[in-house]
Amino acid sequence: MSRHTLSVLVENKPGVLARIAGLFARRGYNIDSLAVGPTEHDEVSRMTIVVNVEESPLEQVTKQLNKLVEVIKIVELDGAASVNRELLLVKVRADAETRGQILDVVELFAAKVVDVSPDTVVVQAIGNADKLADLRRLLEPFGIRELVQSGMVAIGRGPRSISERTLRPVAVPSPSRAG
Amino acid sequence: MGEQDPGTGDSVTGAQSLIKSLEAAGTTDIFGIPGGAILPAYDPLMDSSIRHILVRHEQGAGHAAQGYAVASGRVGVCMATSGPGATNLVTPIADAYMDSVPIVAVTGQVGAAAIGTDAFQEADIRGITMPITKHNFLVTDPDEIPRVVAEAFYIASTGRPGPVLVDVAKSALQARTTFAWPAELHLPGYRPVTRPHAKQIREAARLILESRRPVLYVGGGVIRAGASAELKALAELTGMPVVTTLMARGAFPDSHVQHLGMPGMHGTVAAVAGLQRSDLIISLGARFDDRVTGNLDSFAPGARIIHADIDPAEIGKNRAVDVPIVGDAREVIADLVLALKAEAEAGHTGDYEAWVEFLADIKKRYPLAYDQPDDGTLAPQYVMERLGRIAGPESIYVAGVGQHQMWAAHFVGYENPRTWINSGGLGTMGFAVPAAMGAKVGAPDKTVWCVDGDGCFQMTNQELATCAINDIPIKVAIINNESLGMVRQWQTLFYNERYSNTDLHSKRIPDFVKLADAYGCVGLACESPDQVDATIEKAMAIDDQPVVIDFRVHRDAMVWPMVAAGTSNDDIKYARGLAPEFDKDDL
Repeated sequence: MSRHTLSVLVENKPGVLARIAGLFARRGYNIDSLAVGPTEHDEVSRMTIVVNVEESPLEQVTKQLNKLVEVIKIVELDGAASVNRELLLVKVRADAETRGQILDVVELFAAKVVDVSPDTVVVQAIGNADKLADLRRLLEPFGIRELVQSGMVAIGRGPRSISERTLRPVAVPSPSRAG
Repeated sequence: MGEQDPGTGDSVTGAQSLIKSLEAAGTTDIFGIPGGAILPAYDPLMDSSIRHILVRHEQGAGHAAQGYAVASGRVGVCMATSGPGATNLVTPIADAYMDSVPIVAVTGQVGAAAIGTDAFQEADIRGITMPITKHNFLVTDPDEIPRVVAEAFYIASTGRPGPVLVDVAKSALQARTTFAWPAELHLPGYRPVTRPHAKQIREAARLILESRRPVLYVGGGVIRAGASAELKALAELTGMPVVTTLMARGAFPDSHVQHLGMPGMHGTVAAVAGLQRSDLIISLGARFDDRVTGNLDSFAPGARIIHADIDPAEIGKNRAVDVPIVGDAREVIADLVLALKAEAEAGHTGDYEAWVEFLADIKKRYPLAYDQPDDGTLAPQYVMERLGRIAGPESIYVAGVGQHQMWAAHFVGYENPRTWINSGGLGTMGFAVPAAMGAKVGAPDKTVWCVDGDGCFQMTNQELATCAINDIPIKVAIINNESLGMVRQWQTLFYNERYSNTDLHSKRIPDFVKLADAYGCVGLACESPDQVDATIEKAMAIDDQPVVIDFRVHRDAMVWPMVAAGTSNDDIKYARGLAPEFDKDDL
């Protein structure tokens, strides 16, 4: 098994996420992470889906995804040729004694403290999965009260864009034989 | 409602817009049942040119739309209300999805404000049918109705055909809107490829010329694409043997010398052996279904594969491919003919003589055969043979699922596309009566024979009332072996003849002749071989009423040949315990 990152451009319509999630579920593919959000075009959303599959089922899942009418385009992003980021928010136990040590870790990871209470801090960190895992490991000894992490978003390096789309409409066929 | 029929752009109700949209999409017939949520649409339907056929169960509406679509080549349309009306369409929608049948199902939904509240007769039919439709829509804005209907018909009928569901909220049907049929569709994610790639065609032609043991493996895509003439040209140009799958019966004439018959679990010995020993399988609109390949690892071990299909996801799904070709079967085959003609003019032709001889010998030694029961009772296969002979290759034959389906596939004899309609992928018992009804509406000038088992028939026979009342004179041949025959056959072969729950007692209950009579049909019975011709001829002579014949057949007849489930096609038996004798030295 190997991890693959798929960038999927979809029409921004109700139910699209259900179609895609359902397709993965019924064909037996596991989604490691999924993130959905807007793009530079109002009518297009972009999903970044991380899957853990072999090459040949990956081809099949890509083909099946492409059959969904609302899926416009699928691109597999190569790890080295793309920028991958996840967002981590973690609430760590922190008292007067440990707060300083925690802030050292936060600084080391170029993370940020975004909320403070007498006995906790909330740390925000952005990075790839490995970096965030390292941060978690270093914060764990202090006591993690709560943790939330986003799915990965990814974009290819270099000048090319995957969202140059063809929006050529098709003529409505006259009602005759379907062929 | 007191509304005058308004012109384009004028104010109409959503319901009027829906009916006008269906008319604009070319709908002439709808099979359906009204109910609360769809009720607004039924009012303007009264004034429409569309013929609505009131069925007795929504499942019947769906299968009728399928039969209509396959027989006519046009999109079949069915209509139902929300909740149970819609869920009753689930089986035919799944069936149409598996067999790539273009239908549009229109369902009413509860009012937009009530969606998600567990309202009376609410079911999330869009969510339910997501995995079994090519696409589906939920419409809550009445202004979207014409666009959605146009998209539904376009998606259903183009590319790989399939079912599309349009769920319309009652509030959208009741609201005011304007009707304007769209001139263009914006479907940026839907671009089916129909033109095959020239390089792939050249590569395919090269493999065809190189091979010594090629087989044309023809699937239902050839029927859907209307590519029978092109297929005949390709077969006759090259001399390659042809097999036609259950979904492709009629795509190539059964009487043709190059035709080896149907492959698969109940395929002919020649068709199965042809694929197994082939060095090149040219798959045209077929999908290497498990019923065709048997155990995939031992399927056609020496064959290279050219796989042409309009759906790229089918190519390489089950079997690795040497030459993939994405395209419409008619265009692919026409291009192959052109390429191979050019090669032939340059003096390049394939050498298949030894192969053709080998298969001709197998076909001669192991023809389709069956035993006549020695007690004078009726062999079901004999009924099929006679029916095929008397009703002829111009008639349409519609089957249910099980033994009778396999006998009908083998023994009727098909010469023309769209004359064989059955439930292949999903295997839906109860398909035949409503599908035959739809076929007769779609092809009113054809004689339509529904070949059904006594088990299947009892699942959907209430549509005989629809047929009798609406002047849809189908003919039904019940192959009554008083059993769930195919299941019983498996119990005979694999469960030590322990017949758990397969005895239907249907020679006693119900009385099919009386049942037919009660439904306003002519009921006939036949239980001996010498009555078969006369009974069929009597049914053929009646064209103003549906006819039902209860063929009371021998219950122990089995479907042969057979490849047991999960085993290799090399282990085919042409009768119980009898394996054909040929080995690789023969070739």
